[in-house]
Amino acid sequence: MNDFVLGHYNYWMFIGLMMIGFYAMMAKKNLIKKIIGMNIFQSAIILFYISTSAKRGGVSVPILEHAAGGHGSHGVDVAHYANPLPHVLMLTAIVVMVATLGVAVAVTLLIYKRYKTIEEDEILMKIKEGSSAPKELVDVRSQKDSIKLRTNIEYRTRNVEL
Amino acid sequence: MIIPFDIILILFIFICAIAAITVKDLLSAVMILGAYSFFMCLLWTQMAAVDVAFTEASVSASIGTVLLIGAVYKTKRRSKD
Repeated sequence: MNDFVLGHYNYWMFIGLMMIGFYAMMAKKNLIKKIIGMNIFQSAIILFYISTSAKRGGVSVPILEHAAGGHGSHGVDVAHYANPLPHVLMLTAIVVMVATLGVAVAVTLLIYKRYKTIEEDEILMKIKEGSSAPKELVDVRSQKDSIKLRTNIEYRTRNVEL
Repeated sequence: MIIPFDIILILFIFICAIAAITVKDLLSAVMILGAYSFFMCLLWTQMAAVDVAFTEASVSASIGTVLLIGAVYKTKRRSKD
C-alpha cells in the first residue's frame, strides 16, 4: 500500500493540482481567479503527460549520443533516453493554453466594459435587474450620433449660407 | 530524478497553486501564478523534458503573466474572494 502511494506520486500530484484548478474554476466568483484556475488545471494535465515519459536512474534528454561516429557497434538503447513523444504533444498543448488564456482575458475585458465589474454575482445581479448597463451604452451612443448629426447639419447650412 | 529535489519542488508548486487562488489582491495572484509556472518549468527540466521546459518559460510564464497583468490593469485590482 505504501509502495503503491509513493510509487505513483506523480499521479497524486497531478490529481491534487487538477482539483485545485477545478475548485478555483467552480467556486471562485472573480473572473480573473477563474482564469488562474484554468491555467493551473491545464498545466496539471501537461504535468501528467510529461511524467509518463520520465524514467528513473541516469536518464538523459532525448538527444542521441554517438549517432554520427558510431559504426554499428552499438545500437540506440531506448532505456537511456526519456520518451520524446509526450514532449512533442505537450508543446502543442502549451501553445493552446496561451491561446485560450488570451481569449479568456479578451472576454473578461468585454464583460468589464459592459457591466463595470468582474465579480460573477454582481454581473448576474445586473443582468437580472433588466440590463440597465447596456441601455445606458445605447443611450450614450445615440446621443453622440445625434450630436454628430446636428453639427453636420449646422455645418452644411452654414456652407450653404456662405 | 533526484528524489529530495523533487519533493521540494512539489511542495513549492502546491504552495504556489493554493496561494494563487486564495490571495485577494489580483496582481499578487498573477505574480504567484508566474512563480508557479517557473517551478513547473524546473520540474520538467529535471524530468528530462527540456523542450517543454523552455517553451513553458517563454510562452506560459512570460506571455501569460503579461496578458493577465494587462487584464488586471484594465479592470479592478481587488477581488472579493
